[in-house]
Amino acid sequence: MTTTDTTKTGSDAGRVITYAEAVREALGEAMSADERVFMLGEDIGVYGGAFGVSGDLFHRFGPERVRDTPISELGIVGAAVGAALAGMRPVVEIQFSDFTCQAMDQIVNQAAKIHFMLGGAAEVPMVLRAPLGSGTGAAAQHSQSLEAWFAHVPGLKVVMPATAEDAKGLLLAAIDDPNPVLVLEHKLLYRTSGPVPEGNGRVPLGKTAVRRSGRDISLVATGVMVSRALEAAEALAAEGIDLSVIDPRTLTPLDAQPILDDVARTGRVLLVQEAPGHVGFMAEIAARIVESPAVYHLLAPVRRLSGLDVPIPYAPQLERAAVPQVETIVEAARTLMKES
Amino acid sequence: MTRLGDDPRTARSTLETMWRIRRFEEAVDDLFARGLMHGTMHLSIGQEASATGTCFALRDDDAITSTHRGHGHCIAKGADLERMMAELLAKETGYCRGRGGSMHIADVATGNLGANGIVAGGIPIAAGAGLAYMIQGIDRVVVSFFGDGATNEGAFHEAVNLAAIWKLPVIFVCENNKYGMSFSTAKSMGVKTVAERAAAYGIPGLRVDGNDVEAVHEAVGTAVQRARSGEGPTLVEALTYRWKGHSKSDKNLYRTKEEITEWRSQDPIERFERIVVERGVLSTTDVEEIRAAATNDIRDAARRANAAPDANPDDLLTAVYATA
Repeated sequence: MTTTDTTKTGSDAGRVITYAEAVREALGEAMSADERVFMLGEDIGVYGGAFGVSGDLFHRFGPERVRDTPISELGIVGAAVGAALAGMRPVVEIQFSDFTCQAMDQIVNQAAKIHFMLGGAAEVPMVLRAPLGSGTGAAAQHSQSLEAWFAHVPGLKVVMPATAEDAKGLLLAAIDDPNPVLVLEHKLLYRTSGPVPEGNGRVPLGKTAVRRSGRDISLVATGVMVSRALEAAEALAAEGIDLSVIDPRTLTPLDAQPILDDVARTGRVLLVQEAPGHVGFMAEIAARIVESPAVYHLLAPVRRLSGLDVPIPYAPQLERAAVPQVETIVEAARTLMKES
Repeated sequence: MTRLGDDPRTARSTLETMWRIRRFEEAVDDLFARGLMHGTMHLSIGQEASATGTCFALRDDDAITSTHRGHGHCIAKGADLERMMAELLAKETGYCRGRGGSMHIADVATGNLGANGIVAGGIPIAAGAGLAYMIQGIDRVVVSFFGDGATNEGAFHEAVNLAAIWKLPVIFVCENNKYGMSFSTAKSMGVKTVAERAAAYGIPGLRVDGNDVEAVHEAVGTAVQRARSGEGPTLVEALTYRWKGHSKSDKNLYRTKEEITEWRSQDPIERFERIVVERGVLSTTDVEEIRAAATNDIRDAARRANAAPDANPDDLLTAVYATA
């Protein structure tokens, strides 16, 4: 078995900070480097953000650049669109990604389409950060994984950082980008830690990461499922089942080639997502695989392991049952091996 | 504040702009009826004074956001007639290279941040542009045009509130033409006027005869001064009327012939012509010349636009994202 982490960069990759700290560091560095960058969102000021992400940024950069807003998601996102059109680089925080539903017109009808509709005459360089995912007992309106909605809209870029290093690096790249970028952070990852380079550390959008290269199965996962998949891979290694774990990181634009290459090598595919399976993002990955020559290498049908097609329930045992866990990933991998 | 009809130069330019809007809309109506124009259109015939009076209260580098009924706003803000017509005729030389059409014309160079196909969609964007100018320390204001229907959308309330609490240099200009498509304001609002909604946000609300270009100019001018001096936004309600239907599907089942006739008798262009002639600022010959020149300008713009190459689908895919 070989383990590779293609995301490690630089000599200071050994410094370990949390995912939330990594996001904050990116925001601080971006605001220090470029006065056009400013933040706006609910309770991001003195409160420090609902998940503590903005922390001390209010005290470092002041109320003009870390701008507390009323509870007006549509207004906030619309203001970011207008500010971006007028030469700023706004970074919006939406407290829970579920609340993007309140702002959908500005995200989907405005931000995504302005550059195209205007024949390229204007750009909307804005970032919308929002935590997604279940696991906190917050129930159905605070726990969804809506990434596929946004990935389906031409004009938006969609990023799902799975590590602290990517949380910083992808956010810096998103702020640089001249397009609207949604950065969907997983709320269970905020307190996890990992090596993050100091200074720069940009991770380009549209580059898939092979987190682990194995012999038997190509497992593709996003968000918190990446760490669950890596844990499952360790357990399976003891049984002689050797997994690749591949993290697309950017859903749009999608870098599919590393996935297709890996599938052509292993011949088995396990696609893991927290979101409900029906019309989910992994259905797109499955389609890309079967539309490519990798399909000739398949030893078994493509297998998806997704969240159940249900709203996220409250009770901890129900919530746990609604989305893939390490043990269900292990079981799915074993079944896949038996099928081939 | 000087009135638009006090000196010959300004009066001429005001009248010229209103006639260009009228003639542009008539040409579009005609091209559409003859099957030479595609899609749908929301014509602003009858509303020329609110667009013109408002934009004449702005400087060249001030910005606007517009609506689905936005041709007049574009023209009054200084857009190029040929590029507008080319867009509507699905030409590569159009403002949006045929990607946007009637509802998405923008001209960032003249401060037009874009028409909008979503009712109230441009209002938060105007607040954001105002926020940007405030942060950048630039002396610019933003006018957000919208209709009466938009004031029942959440986006209106959220954006006006943001502008009010942050004292943004924004003027919210509601062109109240009495109907959100077919639904009258008498039925759609619990208040009698749009202007009184301003009180809910602690900002001034002005109500003005929207068919009186000088009155619109004065009201918006007052609001612009307030915005420039850092005192924040104003809501201006301009009462007007669209002579044509909401769009091409409208059979006018919700309003009477008498009502339409009554409003047509308050033609904003005729009213301004009468005033400037009475004041002796322009002669009837001047007025006739201005009208004829506008007719020619639009005819030329349509002819030149029509001769341009059709919008090209070859680079559709690469036009979705901006590149760094």
